[in-house]
Amino acid sequence: MSFIRPVFRHPESPKNDLGYTRQYYEGTLSTLCAGCGHDSISGAIIQACFEMNIEPHQVAKLSGIGCSSKTPAYYLGNSHGFNSVHGRMPSVTTGASLANRKLMYLGVSGDGDTASIGMGQFVHVIRRNLNMVYIVMNNGCYGLTKGQDSATADFGSINKSGVANLFQTIDLVGLALELGATFVGRSFSGDKTQLVPMIKAAMSHNGFAFIDVISPCVTFNNNVGSTKSYDYVRAHVEATSAIDLVPEKTEITTTYEEGTTKLIEMHDHSIIELHKLAEGWDPTNRHSAVERLQMSRNKGEILTGLLYVDTESKDLHELIETVPQPLNTLTKADLCPGGEMLERINGEFR
Amino acid sequence: MQPTNINDPEYFHKVVDCQYACPAHTPVPHYIRLIAAERYSEAYMVNWESNVFPGVLGRTCDRPCEPACRRDRVEDKPVAICRLKRVAADNKGDVSAYMPQGPFPSNGKKIALVGAGPASLTVARDLAPLGYELHIYDELKKGGGMMRSQIPSFRLPAEVLDEEVGFILNLGIHQHFNTYVSSMRDLLAQDYDAIFVGTGAPRGRALTDLPGYEDAKAHVHIGIEWLASVAFEHTEKIGRRVLVLGGGNTAMDCCRTSRRLGGEEVKVVVRSPFAEMKASPWEIEDAQREGIPFYNNHVPKAFVIENGKMAGMTFTKVEPVFDENGKRKMVPTGEPDVFFEADDVLVAIGQENSFPWVERDLGLDFDRWELPILDPLTHQSTIPKVFFGGDAAFGPKNVITAVAHGHQAAVSIDLFCTEQNLHKDRPDPMTNLVSQKMGIHEWSYDSYVAADHRYAVPHADNLVALKDRKLEVELGFDRETGFKEAQRCLNCDIQTVFTESLCIECDACVDVCPTACITFTTNGEEEDVRTRLSAPAHNLSQDLYVSDSLKTGRVMLKDENVCLHCGLCAERCPTAAWDMKKYLYQVTKAGHQCMHIG
Repeated sequence: MSFIRPVFRHPESPKNDLGYTRQYYEGTLSTLCAGCGHDSISGAIIQACFEMNIEPHQVAKLSGIGCSSKTPAYYLGNSHGFNSVHGRMPSVTTGASLANRKLMYLGVSGDGDTASIGMGQFVHVIRRNLNMVYIVMNNGCYGLTKGQDSATADFGSINKSGVANLFQTIDLVGLALELGATFVGRSFSGDKTQLVPMIKAAMSHNGFAFIDVISPCVTFNNNVGSTKSYDYVRAHVEATSAIDLVPEKTEITTTYEEGTTKLIEMHDHSIIELHKLAEGWDPTNRHSAVERLQMSRNKGEILTGLLYVDTESKDLHELIETVPQPLNTLTKADLCPGGEMLERINGEFR
Repeated sequence: MQPTNINDPEYFHKVVDCQYACPAHTPVPHYIRLIAAERYSEAYMVNWESNVFPGVLGRTCDRPCEPACRRDRVEDKPVAICRLKRVAADNKGDVSAYMPQGPFPSNGKKIALVGAGPASLTVARDLAPLGYELHIYDELKKGGGMMRSQIPSFRLPAEVLDEEVGFILNLGIHQHFNTYVSSMRDLLAQDYDAIFVGTGAPRGRALTDLPGYEDAKAHVHIGIEWLASVAFEHTEKIGRRVLVLGGGNTAMDCCRTSRRLGGEEVKVVVRSPFAEMKASPWEIEDAQREGIPFYNNHVPKAFVIENGKMAGMTFTKVEPVFDENGKRKMVPTGEPDVFFEADDVLVAIGQENSFPWVERDLGLDFDRWELPILDPLTHQSTIPKVFFGGDAAFGPKNVITAVAHGHQAAVSIDLFCTEQNLHKDRPDPMTNLVSQKMGIHEWSYDSYVAADHRYAVPHADNLVALKDRKLEVELGFDRETGFKEAQRCLNCDIQTVFTESLCIECDACVDVCPTACITFTTNGEEEDVRTRLSAPAHNLSQDLYVSDSLKTGRVMLKDENVCLHCGLCAERCPTAAWDMKKYLYQVTKAGHQCMHIG
């Protein structure tokens, strides 16, 4: 029986700049169904954090309820974690971020946790542009309660019982674009070559970075007729571009043909390289992203890739001008600056 | 790359590193699991069928399996395979019921076996149940060959050897001990249908041309001859100061035996540097544990005689120097010669083949090293009915190689006597591949990978051990330690078998694999593909398992190098595209005998 992962790793496992191997970013062994797309996303998060040379103790991973929200146990075992109430991950993250803006916040949620019970929270966290990465592991069904259609199930998609979905789908990417999210991407759990650099780019973004990851539920939604099965997604996927993230201080040496590649400088000065751009689309132009998305929807394509990014984005802390340091490091002198300061403040109101 | 042909019996055989490295291809993980299950008798029989002398080899094998062990690449030390074999032998019950049960109906063929060492005994074991009338000849009074004459009792107790030689001789072998075969011509003239020669490499190299030898020779002994003389109790004492020349296993046996026969100041003097000594590392360790010093880079120069008596030897100090071609030469350092006092000198600088009893006008051809010219596969000589095996065939090797030769020679002799072609009609190995799946998290093998480090075998205390030449020094693992050591085995014979038609490319196996063995990527040439895998793949001796094209056009590539055979890929696979299947590979014995036990 093997609920326990062996302690041995590849003896030549590469180390990152901090001297850690990938193992340092692992969590416990997954208890999700074998073949669950969520496990691949966990793998991509581990890989992205490893490649980004992130100190695990500088990360807080948060989640709500659902199969997706179990996953923080399966990655970043050396990071802070909070498994919150159903649909309430955004507000818990907001609170944590207000208390300590120095940490990197990585929220994961599912289609139920985000598009149903947590919809109110989701739209408001976008509105506030909280500095976090928000990943939805989107399988179009409620896997934890045996696979009922969720709010992201496509109209007409056939579930495991053979019944077609009667209702319109909520397209989380479209919604995020509409609400003014400053980083919007979509990917597929079965395509790590796209997903890993996208998570890295999201981590480099200042503000709310949203990634909708289509993640097939092998147990309840991988049947013929489902629009979120491995086969369907592979057959209908259309990438806007191939994506690479070049960290800060790394010289870009390759040259690209005009019009096929776009370089985007992120807040942390790393560069996103987008190759083989889809025609008539500019990732820094919200209007063109919405248009491109609508076009794909009409053609029955599943549009993936980095769809939109605003590199000038101001996050919640900048908007409300909070103190730069974590609240628990504020001393009595910071919090109670004395009578002279009180006099001066009062003076301003006279 | 072309998709891997897993129907080739050698593909999965190669994944079982230990078994592949073993000359006799003993199914190692198979018997280690039986030991862990306390099924010692069955574990013993799996060994017995393959290597004929489990009790002997569990103590004395050169263990080519251990450096090959995957655990050595994953952790730091291999599984103690050799000593686990001994656990099976030590704890076996009455195995007589499992043995081939004679008398066997005669097939009318008569075979002569010259020499009663491991090679001849293996031929006898394999052919006896087929009804051959087997006549075994040896100049010594008991069977066992070099296992008896050269391996000291403190490493291999006589009763262990007697039992295993007995298992074979009891199969109705006609025994001609104390009989020196002095003429191949005479032997050929007799009515034998085939003759097997397993006379070993009986001649120890000497140093007769060194100055002073003539006066010293009463106190200069050839290592293997001296060991035989001790084994048969013709020699019971040695001088207080002993020099052992040579750095091989015979030298180790000589120095340790000397310590038990009155040698107080025993020194091993070796021509080569320490790191290049031929002796097995564990035998060097055992000698060092008994307080025996090693003097390396010393070349014997002369025997020193004082007042007509042996006083000692002088040596020239040398050092290794490499020429432009990277070839190493030992060059004198120019330091003054070294003198060591000695009452006796044991010369253990190698041994050679010697066939003084084979006439050279029979049509049996020898090469320029005086070795018989043989077919490397069939062991047939230039006289079709004469076969060679063991050290007598291709020069000095070890017991397990002699056993492997014996099996092949037996197959050849059987084919020869039944008028079949020795190459074309040679039977294939027996292979079997069976799923081990029992449930969601259940396999019929213990897939958990124990993190324990290699356990050390306990030794008898020096004070006691050095007083008694026959007292076994290594005490062997007790059952509990044997179990723990057995659990270190990675079960490399439980193969990861991939079925591309079932794969949905969900990446679950890639994500869960602890040692990052699995990659899904586009195909290419091996050199290129190796640079694109999940983890470095520098070990070119280990194969890449390549699937046919998958739906996305990619292929599955698995680097066999450090796979733990933990089964997680198969457990996390939603479609059972991965399965863990037990692969049993057995070298076919003469007569297509299928004696698989356990």
